[in-house]
Amino acid sequence: MNMNPQEPTAPYGIDPSNPLFNVTWDMDREEGRAVNLMKAARTEQYPEPLVDIPDELRRSALVTSVDTLLNWARKSSVFPLQFGLACCVFEMIATAMSRFDISRFGMEAFRATPRQADLMIVAGTVTWKMAVPLRRLFDQMSEPKWVISMGVCATSGGPYYQSYSVVPGVNHIVPVDVYVPGCPPRPDALLYGIMQLHEKVKRYTLTHTPAGQE
Amino acid sequence: MTVAWRGDQFAAAVETFAPGSVAGHNDSDTWVYPSSLAEVAMGLRDRPEFRFDLLSSISAVDYIDHYEVVYHLTSLPRNMKAVLKVRCGEGREEPTLPSVTGVWRGAELQEREAWDLMGIRFEGHPNHKRIMLWEGFPGHPLRKDFVTYSQSVIDPEQAAAE
Repeated sequence: MNMNPQEPTAPYGIDPSNPLFNVTWDMDREEGRAVNLMKAARTEQYPEPLVDIPDELRRSALVTSVDTLLNWARKSSVFPLQFGLACCVFEMIATAMSRFDISRFGMEAFRATPRQADLMIVAGTVTWKMAVPLRRLFDQMSEPKWVISMGVCATSGGPYYQSYSVVPGVNHIVPVDVYVPGCPPRPDALLYGIMQLHEKVKRYTLTHTPAGQE
Repeated sequence: MTVAWRGDQFAAAVETFAPGSVAGHNDSDTWVYPSSLAEVAMGLRDRPEFRFDLLSSISAVDYIDHYEVVYHLTSLPRNMKAVLKVRCGEGREEPTLPSVTGVWRGAELQEREAWDLMGIRFEGHPNHKRIMLWEGFPGHPLRKDFVTYSQSVIDPEQAAAE
């Protein structure tokens, strides 16, 4: 059996004059090409986008104070993307509810559009078929943007490691800032990951692009 | 309580309206020939002593030397259930069955799933495409001879070279 990705061929035993076929087949073929393309291209993992501050900037009082103000504003009102893939999303929802209350961190506004969000919480298993829309959502988010990989499925594939359909780590698709382990992680763990992200955001500077960003 | 048909009684009952269609039975299941599947399915749905109006599930099984498709039937008016099995010929080459989409409309998605993951073809299916995996995926992953080609698999030659 040929195990290489194949060019999508017309399905077996279908009448091309069938209106259902005409509507959906072009979309299916384009989707299959995009998934095959992404699967073939994403063999390397993105490194963690580390914050590396040059020494001369660290001594600059003016830039530092502006940075501090900006980063304080950014970390105090992170808008997460309303986006869930599997069971981890229910822990994310629980984090947003009153018992754990994500609004203590200024994050209660889950945005339904990527253009208004600056944090993507990848909550759940990422399949190759979902990887294409996930990358598109990430590209649509405005700078600065951060990614939290929530749970072992998003981090490394987890129990679906070496599966035929699951991405072996979402860092093949997007650069990840914080990994939250767990299956699924409790809301406490997600909150701790968010606080770690806040610490990271505080160290950004105006004049420097963190490593790993495209 | 839902009554489950015994295999021998169900085989005899099927034989009464479709002679020569039953290939065998055991305690709980009945095998029919693929050529008579359409007739048997239509009879099981419409005949007053069965009225199997709900197709609960379609499963496909890889027995290495042949494939088999299992139909779980439920009759809501008569409150009973039965298991119908069809053997897809001999060998592993292109297992093919007639589609039961014309009998139970709900079979459409399940037959697409059986095609997607097990590679069983259903003649006469109105929209015979993959349902879960993407178009262009190589092979059918639930078959016994499927070897994953995922990037996460370590190539032994490459590992030895490193």
